Amino acid sequence: MSRLLDHLSHFHGGLELDYHKDMSTQSPIEKAELPPELILPVHQHIGDAGEILVNVGERVLKGQPLTRTDAYVSAPVHAPSSGTVREIGERPVPHPSRLSALCITIDTDGKDEWAELSGCEDYTEFNPIEIRNRVRKAGIVGMGGAAFPTAVKLNISAHRIDTLILNGAECEPYISCDDMLMREQFAEVVQGAEIMMHALEARECLIAVEDNKPIAIRNLTDYVKQNRLNHIQVVKIPSRYPTGGEKQLIKVLTGEEVPSSGLPADIGLVVQNIATAVAVYNAIVYGRPLISRIVTVTGSGVEQPRNLEVLIGTPMGPLIEQCGGYTDEAGSLIMGGPMMGFAMQTDYLPVIKGCNCLLVQPPVQQPTAMPCIRCGACASACPASLLPQQLYWHASSRNFDVVQDYNLFDCIECGCCAAVCPSHIPLVQYYRFAKTEIWHQERERQKSDHARQRHEFRLQRLDNEKRERDERLRKKKEALAKKQSSSADDPKKAAIAAAMKRVQEKKAAADNQPSNTENLNPAQQQQINDADQRRQQGKPESSSES
Amino acid sequence: MRQFSTASSPFSIPETRVNKIMRDVLLALIPGTAAAIYFFGWGVLVNMLIASVVAMGTEAIMLSLRHRPIKPYLSDYSVLVTAWLLALALPQLAPWWLTTLATGFAVVFGKHLYGGLGFNPFNPAMVGYVVAIISFPREMTQWVPPQTLAGFDHLGLMDTLKVIFAGVPPEGMSWDSISMATPLDTMKTQLGLELSIKDIHDSKTYGPMFGAISGIGWEWINGLFLLGGLWLAFKKVLDWRIPAGLLGMLFLLSNGFALYDYASFPAPTFELFSGGIMLGAFFIATDPVTAATTSKGRWIYGMGIGFFIFIIRTWGGYPDGIAFAVLLMNLSTPLLDYYTMPRAFGHSWKEFTHHHKKGPEE
Repeated sequence: MSRLLDHLSHFHGGLELDYHKDMSTQSPIEKAELPPELILPVHQHIGDAGEILVNVGERVLKGQPLTRTDAYVSAPVHAPSSGTVREIGERPVPHPSRLSALCITIDTDGKDEWAELSGCEDYTEFNPIEIRNRVRKAGIVGMGGAAFPTAVKLNISAHRIDTLILNGAECEPYISCDDMLMREQFAEVVQGAEIMMHALEARECLIAVEDNKPIAIRNLTDYVKQNRLNHIQVVKIPSRYPTGGEKQLIKVLTGEEVPSSGLPADIGLVVQNIATAVAVYNAIVYGRPLISRIVTVTGSGVEQPRNLEVLIGTPMGPLIEQCGGYTDEAGSLIMGGPMMGFAMQTDYLPVIKGCNCLLVQPPVQQPTAMPCIRCGACASACPASLLPQQLYWHASSRNFDVVQDYNLFDCIECGCCAAVCPSHIPLVQYYRFAKTEIWHQERERQKSDHARQRHEFRLQRLDNEKRERDERLRKKKEALAKKQSSSADDPKKAAIAAAMKRVQEKKAAADNQPSNTENLNPAQQQQINDADQRRQQGKPESSSES
Repeated sequence: MRQFSTASSPFSIPETRVNKIMRDVLLALIPGTAAAIYFFGWGVLVNMLIASVVAMGTEAIMLSLRHRPIKPYLSDYSVLVTAWLLALALPQLAPWWLTTLATGFAVVFGKHLYGGLGFNPFNPAMVGYVVAIISFPREMTQWVPPQTLAGFDHLGLMDTLKVIFAGVPPEGMSWDSISMATPLDTMKTQLGLELSIKDIHDSKTYGPMFGAISGIGWEWINGLFLLGGLWLAFKKVLDWRIPAGLLGMLFLLSNGFALYDYASFPAPTFELFSGGIMLGAFFIATDPVTAATTSKGRWIYGMGIGFFIFIIRTWGGYPDGIAFAVLLMNLSTPLLDYYTMPRAFGHSWKEFTHHHKKGPEE
């Protein structure tokens, strides 16, 4: 039985936005030009970074792994084109912290020479474990932005998964990379879904697409129909931000809510992104690792917005150039969408696996915030049914315990509250601040707990040592005191005492001789002799003594 | 390499602003205010002017004393809303110093001493009103009869100014000839004298002040405030739950009692369209700063106000009880907000109710 509802459900709140998606969907996906250098951050995903396998000066081939990893939640990085490793070191990366991170920089040689790949036309030849391992080796991560290693999400060991959901909602304004992928590579999308279903041993797959992408819906539906894929269903869902949020999408499709601190797998579901499905398809069928992705380059700051197929590691500047360059309006560069993306300081940053959109807009403005008037517009807009104004109130007064009482950690930072606040308060900033502070405090607390335990242990150890030392000292003192008390007397007396002692000892030794063997009658003597004999023979005899 | 400006997401700037909300509220007040001016004359307008000037002035002084930027806060219009609501609640011939005092108290003690806009627990206009009615009960009875009532003439602008600023009735007139108890007050007093509602309506002295629904003039004013309020509710400037709860509760109670004893309890229509009910339900109780913020909390908050209005009107010492009812419920909003927290996404009802049984202190 399908998990899909007859009538789609809906989540509380959310917003109807202006989508501006047509801007970048006027022309087909175009291949980005091969850049002279590729900058590959070693850590582009959630989880641990891999260990670098290449050295400076080494020639690498397209698709060759640059890192390897044994950690469970991790993903390797591959060379997106052939060339020479020029540098391994810290470079600015697209991250909200604006900090630098370890990157491998490759000078491309223009030959685009592939490393040896091993794929398989028929994925059913692989068992789920093999598929997972291949997905893992291909460095595939969630391509909707979060970049969570896909292989981990394909691991069903702990749960029974009945439904795979492909998230084609793409609810953020401006972004159209999934839309274009579904329009042009619908077959790969569907086949990628089938491979993942095989890996998950899922019975059905729902491909959810917002109704503002009619061409994508039509193409997918036609393909599914033509191939009689009855276990796959393309579902048209209403366009409403943030339907693309994993938990919101599940609620819309199934009417069920993923438990607050749980995962979709807890209720038998796995959600994967459209582009991830295509990446899985390429990895299994052609053996290609994740070395490129579709990026929407759009916004009023770009001359000719469009979607580009970009090698991971390509600097952003040249991509904008390929789209006709900047317009006069360009004043801010956002990775991701206008609701949840983050603004970057420069365009000399590489495209990473989670980069779905480069949005060039007029300079961002932060209007002066007025006091909160508790109007409640934020609470009506909140898709997690939180009370954003209370969260703000307690976060700004650093009331971190109360803020957790108000379920701060259920906040998905979608920005709906801030987008409707008449006082223009940057609410999400306050929640991020509070979360970071709480994590920090938690770490500090753990550290201090650890330190306290260590301290207590040390005190105990010192105490034990002291006690032992005292004990030794006491014994020594006692011994000394004894010795002193005995040696303090007259030496003559001591000599006499010693002599007496010796006599006594001798006497005692003499007394120790058995005294009951005198005056024995012959029968008794005989018994003793017999007993001695038995002892010598080692033979116990039960009936011997009276 | 190009440099860009940065900020934190989301990057869209909301269309609504506090000043737009307040401007809409002021706009929605206009029809009812116009009716009040039509029925009760220049006094209404003079009161509003005095209150506005005093409110803006006091706000500016308080802002500068608190080292806050004056222009952005003055132009949010919130203090004008306070001033207008207070002026509309005062009797039309209230002396200028009373309006000044009430407004000044509202802005200084009701608003800024708590930290200004957004931080005041009590509705400032109602704080000012309560100070006036407790401290100066006699001056708070200087209501004028509606001009459509036979035998009374509207005071001219000059005469009105003279009454308000000099405190003396126009030549040849007494206080009694220019002022009159409100229908609500009359109803309460006469019911207290063991008269039945029918007796009051039939009486030669009091009968003429009652119209088809409630008091002459008052029914129109309330009707037009209702209209303005509905417009605000439609535009989602205010949350409809608060007036719905308030009016619903008032209707239920007054209907229940009227059914039980129609001779001593006025009909629900009279209750709903008398005094400041519609102004209170749509413009005063809905002040977001001092109201509950959750949906459920707003229902309870509105119903609570309706409940206390009925209690005070029927058995209390004041003919209209809106100000006290609002302040009483203002007191309870933190509790309401905590106990009516919505169930957050992904939380089970079980854990939710457990959390709420625990209470805020633990």
